Amino acid sequence: MLSFFLRRLATFIPTFLGVTLVAFMFIRIIPGDPILLMAGERGMTDERYAELMARFGYDQPLLTQYFNYLTGIFRGDLGESFVTRKPVWDEFFTLFPATVELSLCAIFLAVIIGVPSGIAAAIHRGKFWDQALMSTALTGYSMPIFWWALLLIIFFSGILGWTPVSGRLSLMFYFENVTGFMLIDSLLSGQKGAFGSAVQHLILPTIVLATIPLAVIARQTRSAMLEVLGEDYIRTARAKGLSVFRVNGLHALRNAMIPVITVIGLSTGTLLGGAILTETIFSWPGIGKWMIESISRRDYTVIQGGLLLIATVVMLVNLVVDLLYGLINPKIRHHG
Amino acid sequence: MALLEVVGLTVEFKTANGQFRAVDAIDLTVDTGDIVAIVGESGSGKSVSMLALMGLLPWTATITAERMVFNGHNLAGLSARERRTIIGRDMAMIFQEPMSSLNPCFTVGFQIRESLKTHLNLSRRERQHRAVELLDQVGLPEPEKRLAAFPHQLSGGMNQRVMIAMAIACQPKLLIADEPTTALDVTIQAQILELLVELQRNSDMALVLITHDMGVVAETAQRVSVQYAGQKVEEQPVLPLFDAPAHPYTSALLAALPERSSGRHLASIAGVVPGQFDRPAGCLFSPRCEHVQPLCHEQVPSQTQRDGASVLCHFPLDRQGRPTHARQDHDSQNQNQNSQTDVNQINGGMQ
Ligand SMILES: Nc1ncnc2c1ncn2[C@@H]1O[C@H](COP(=O)(O)OP(=O)(O)OP(=O)(O)O)[C@@H](O)[C@H]1O
Ligand code: SF4
Ligand SMILES: [Mg+2]
Repeated sequence: MLSFFLRRLATFIPTFLGVTLVAFMFIRIIPGDPILLMAGERGMTDERYAELMARFGYDQPLLTQYFNYLTGIFRGDLGESFVTRKPVWDEFFTLFPATVELSLCAIFLAVIIGVPSGIAAAIHRGKFWDQALMSTALTGYSMPIFWWALLLIIFFSGILGWTPVSGRLSLMFYFENVTGFMLIDSLLSGQKGAFGSAVQHLILPTIVLATIPLAVIARQTRSAMLEVLGEDYIRTARAKGLSVFRVNGLHALRNAMIPVITVIGLSTGTLLGGAILTETIFSWPGIGKWMIESISRRDYTVIQGGLLLIATVVMLVNLVVDLLYGLINPKIRHHG
Repeated sequence: MALLEVVGLTVEFKTANGQFRAVDAIDLTVDTGDIVAIVGESGSGKSVSMLALMGLLPWTATITAERMVFNGHNLAGLSARERRTIIGRDMAMIFQEPMSSLNPCFTVGFQIRESLKTHLNLSRRERQHRAVELLDQVGLPEPEKRLAAFPHQLSGGMNQRVMIAMAIACQPKLLIADEPTTALDVTIQAQILELLVELQRNSDMALVLITHDMGVVAETAQRVSVQYAGQKVEEQPVLPLFDAPAHPYTSALLAALPERSSGRHLASIAGVVPGQFDRPAGCLFSPRCEHVQPLCHEQVPSQTQRDGASVLCHFPLDRQGRPTHARQDHDSQNQNQNSQTDVNQINGGMQ
């Protein structure tokens, strides 16, 4: 198991370096150079230009620049935003918890509904429940997200008035940012109603963000279960006189979960990379919204740093998924 | 009363092209301590008939039988829940592919203890103890260590031993082994068969051994049921069967045995078992039978007796291996008429 872990870790390092290279090149291949971009419409004198080139190290050879960039990364220095003048690193870590909170809620919802639906569909293959569940999943999968979000907002916020339209918390509350997770911080604050408000704000974005992963997980669970249910060892399990629940829920599910875990992990990775549409629609202060805003402001250091951080998060999640995969699949654990 | 008594077992599958009869009115009686072999080529319904008894067929299968009684239970009338208390305990089955028949996600020990836990009232420690004992019994060295292994860490032969250990865990009265050695190396095949026979001998367990290997039959079985295209075409004790097969199909199977072939070429039966779309009229074996007569194409034969053998043929072979109509021809001038009356007599005798 340890060697499996080390081997997976070893593949992580070159991938990470590759991503840094892409992020490094990104700012150098865009038309114009970053200093001129920083100056914007106003322009600048030649002396000022040379001074800035030297200050940011753009006058050095490319290899030296890359080396400086790398050492910067390991010191936690990703540069400053052109717009806010705040370190990219700080901005990221202020916003990231909001994305994590929303993503985890969405994945949780997708798993607790998607997996049982997939199992039910597989067991009732070809019958009413299968068709009902799978056509719902297909609808969810193919629905345009913004349209779906608008429908929910119109119905739940507009007509019923149950949920707020945007943000993470009602303005009535204010408390210290301890963990950055509103669900936890609101409880820690001890303010009455704060937790309820946080939950209310989470509901719609969670549903919207969970829709596609839910559909994918349900379909993947169904097909994995169908495949597994036809295996010889399921016949063996039934021949042992085991209950239907044990055959489906233990012998079949345990094997079917192997591909499903991968899908869950990959979806988590994608969501943690920032849900641009959902965060924008619900004004959710996460990194998806941050990225889209920095793109529209041409805040290149933020885009560069943000890309690197998001890619790293996704890669880390994939690494964890790989390790989990090894943990639940004995064949991988021993040979893979 | 027999341990297992099956009369007229028929299994039909719902397929895209209508009903397909995979098992056609099979009879099978097994007594405590018996070893019965079921032989026949691929597709003759051996597995399906046994899976029907175990209740392991998919929902597309329709099972009917005049009688299907095991150990006093009417298998046809059992609910799924009641059946689950019998299968895996009193009636167990092992399969052809040991590598894929064990769950890759659980250790061997888990899978054996699970059988014990399902049917017997043992404590955790007793189950562990019994699992070690079982692996020892099926001849796996270092049983404690093996219990912690996953199936992919063991060889095919070892996995089949594990399957056997799991099947005999609750000391079943009947063990059905569906081609237990087909997927294994030749040397391992002999060991596994030996193990099965030994386990059977040391208990009063009955063994139904499905195989298409006549050599295996000769070495292990007491009684043989020969199946062809879903029908039982012959049943005899093993010695007389090898000595004097009554059905042309059995005779052809025996002639195909390497040690029996005369000359350099291995005799084999030309043609294949008819499937859903090429079922002939009359006798199902008629397209391949070397003793076929015009009548065989027209009329479905019925079960007859020939000194101790039950056989499904218009013209069963006599002890000299000659079809009955040949003898009749010898006695009579009018061949056609005679074989016709001969058959009528046989049929009449049955009713
Ligand atoms: N689930 C099923 N649906 C439809 N037809 C089936 C099904 N299972 C088996 N059959 C058909 O029933 C017939 C008998 O199959 P069976 O597996 O019993 O043969 P067998 O005698 O065990 O052969 P083998 O020696 O290859 O194991 C075959 O023609 C097979 O295609
Ligand atoms: S009935 Fe006719 S075709 Fe069929 S096995 Fe007997 S002799 Fe051959
Ligand atoms: Mg078979």
